[in-house]
Amino acid sequence: MFTLHRFHGGLHLDAHKEDSSLAPLATAPVPPRLIFPLQQRGGQNAQSVVQVGDHVRKGQVIARGDGPMNPPIHASSSGIVSAIEPRPLPHPSGLTDLAIVIDTDGEDLAPAPEERPDYGQLAPEELRRVIFEAGIVGLGGAAFSTAVKTDPGHRPIDTLILNGAECEPYITCDDSLLRNFPREVLEGARILMRVLGVERCLLGVEDDMPEAIRALRETREAGDYSNIDIVTVPALYPSGGEKQLIRILTGREVPTRGIPADAGVICQNVGTAAAVYRAVGRGEPLIERIVTVTGKGIKNPGNWLTRIGTPIADLVRYSGGYSGVAERLILGGPMMGISLPSDALPLVKAANCVLVTGRGETTGPKQALPCIRCGACAEACPINLLPQQLYWYSRADNLQRAEEYQLADCIECGCCDYVCPSHIPLVQYFRAAKSELVAKQRERTKADHARERFEARQARKEREKQERAEAAQRKKTALAKPDTSEIQDAIARAKARKRPPESAPTTDAAPDESPPAQEPAEN
Amino acid sequence: MRFNTAPAPHLAPTASTRRIMQWVLLAMAPGVAAQLWQFGPGVLINLALAIAIALLAESAMLRLRARHSRAGLSDWSAVLTAALLAVSLPPIAPWWITVFGTLFAVVIGKQLYGGLGYNPFNPAMVGYAVLLISFPKAMTAWLPPTDLAATQLNLLEAWNAIVHRAGPDGSSFDALAMATPLDTLKTQLGLGRTMDEIQSGALFGALAGKGWQWVNLGYLAGGLWLLRRGLIAWQIPAGFLAALGALSLGFFLLEPETYPTPLFHLLGGATMLGAFFIATDPVTASTTPKGRLIYGALIGSLVFVIRSWGGYPDGVAFAVLLLNLAAPTIDHYTRPRVYGHPGCT
Repeated sequence: MFTLHRFHGGLHLDAHKEDSSLAPLATAPVPPRLIFPLQQRGGQNAQSVVQVGDHVRKGQVIARGDGPMNPPIHASSSGIVSAIEPRPLPHPSGLTDLAIVIDTDGEDLAPAPEERPDYGQLAPEELRRVIFEAGIVGLGGAAFSTAVKTDPGHRPIDTLILNGAECEPYITCDDSLLRNFPREVLEGARILMRVLGVERCLLGVEDDMPEAIRALRETREAGDYSNIDIVTVPALYPSGGEKQLIRILTGREVPTRGIPADAGVICQNVGTAAAVYRAVGRGEPLIERIVTVTGKGIKNPGNWLTRIGTPIADLVRYSGGYSGVAERLILGGPMMGISLPSDALPLVKAANCVLVTGRGETTGPKQALPCIRCGACAEACPINLLPQQLYWYSRADNLQRAEEYQLADCIECGCCDYVCPSHIPLVQYFRAAKSELVAKQRERTKADHARERFEARQARKEREKQERAEAAQRKKTALAKPDTSEIQDAIARAKARKRPPESAPTTDAAPDESPPAQEPAEN
Repeated sequence: MRFNTAPAPHLAPTASTRRIMQWVLLAMAPGVAAQLWQFGPGVLINLALAIAIALLAESAMLRLRARHSRAGLSDWSAVLTAALLAVSLPPIAPWWITVFGTLFAVVIGKQLYGGLGYNPFNPAMVGYAVLLISFPKAMTAWLPPTDLAATQLNLLEAWNAIVHRAGPDGSSFDALAMATPLDTLKTQLGLGRTMDEIQSGALFGALAGKGWQWVNLGYLAGGLWLLRRGLIAWQIPAGFLAALGALSLGFFLLEPETYPTPLFHLLGGATMLGAFFIATDPVTASTTPKGRLIYGALIGSLVFVIRSWGGYPDGVAFAVLLLNLAAPTIDHYTRPRVYGHPGCT
């Protein structure tokens, strides 16, 4: 009945989902200290609107950004702001940036809930404002401002896609959400459809989440959700990638360098949809999310309804702590997640999974062998790139060729890297080459601007010179013209007066001998 | 708690170059077994000699090039090159043929180009081609298959033939040797015989050349197993066999008196070894899906051309080497359509 489309490549990976999905969803306690980095998304900082010593309530705005890309940050519990100081970011680099630290008081005080029984009647603009004010960003991992993403501008949108295809191994937070809060997700979908003005919503779920699918179907039957289709997609990494899911569900492709809206769709994570419902339907800002804590390095893997700002160490503690084999701490999944140097880092809105791998579960230091051009990478690539060629060009610093081979289209899913029998860290090469390309592009743009400025200046100078010359010329002719003509006229008149009328022909020659009088007319 | 960081992806890899080389070697087993059965234990001596020389040469070259020799040797690529060359040699090829060919393959065909992954030509075929051009007589002297041989050489006799050039019971070495079916076909056609007359000869079996048909079926079995395991791309053998099959069928239907059956081509000479084990060498082959099909088909066509009208009995080595040259160009013009880019879906 529903035709699924296939994307190129992809991998069947060991899911390891039972580790965390077997335990029921638990609510994490309020940790003694919450940390909110002001830098939520690369490079964009919010400004603190509280001071050290302030008492904040649960759900209160503590930081604001400078535009729609940067929604506010809310305190996820009540307490005292104990510091606003540089803290390490949840990033492998160990970079630090300003963060608001709240010592919680355990009261968990919140403002009285805002009743919004008629939220269904709000205009799209108003709904977007509520979504923005609630601090909602994409919860799938990219943390892109939802208010911005739900504003496609002039692009015609006909379909909303909800992404429940949790394709990375180990992660089960969306599975857990769909099992426990199917109604919130479907309500969120309805609100998002209203915001976008679309009549169709496709909710994609991987086929290895039978309970989530059942919960969704039951909720759909019970309520008024007939224009939301629950679509089961085969478990194949990376079918949860936005571009891949769009292709699977609609057969459309997001044009290169374009966004999903260019293909007529908007794609939102199911967690984002639930957050939208809570914000719009119940007036709750985004202060908690479900986080999976799993891996051989964790004693009791499971899913936790966790306050944003909770330090990883606390969440690990709630999960029974580390097992003896804990080796690597990964934020996100094993294919695209980032590995962290320390568990003293807080969970930000985008954090979907804390994966602590044990020995043998992840790569050791790999020794790369020469590429034998086996093509396994090209077979696995969901974008249909030729990674071995890209590797060749990236290594040779031949960026122009790498660009020709569409390096910029690489989604860094890690498929090629994982299947490479020579253990070449392909994604690292591509990331480096891509950033170099971006830098080059920036330089080129800068050089172009400089050249344009220079050329404009040259042109202006040239124009001014010419204008000056013309002005001088005009002045000259303006001075010359009345003089000569008046003189000539006067002479002619004098001559005419002196001579008898029959000798008139001889006077004709006189005006012809004064060319300056003619010139201004030609100019 | 502190952790060491590492870039994604974090999952432990499941494939390795070494494992691939080992699987391919293993997949050669049925073909080698058929050779052993049909042509005696000479193939084992060739294999042992070639592998030993290849490892020595690879190790020496890696040392000369100041590379890590243990890492280089442990990828098993030198062993595979040696094995592919060894099974292509006549079962009683004099020892220095094997040594010379292996050295040429590893030192010049592979290491001088930069080692594994950097050689533009299939090293085993480079070694084979140099031997075929330099020592045509020794290279075409095969033993008769089991069905035709009065007695088969045992391991010691094969050793004596290879090392001391001596036949059993003091007989002359040359008396042991015999032309291959492809070779015989070429000579006989040159003498004006018809296909019927030639095929009624003792060298021809039910399907193709006696002995050779079993060897080819052995390599076909190994090749299919490689396909099943996803270790080689299907496009190259498919293109190779389809082109060779189609061309030989066409000419056979047009002129059955001068052209052998398609089965004779498909199960003769080095067809299956070439299609599944040699043309598929990833380093030197085309890498795009469409490109591989074209690459395979062109090799298959060239094999038919060389066999039918060329100066050499079999054409696999030359066809592969010539198409190695074309692989980069084929790749350039067969790039797949990237997601999100215009073109057919």
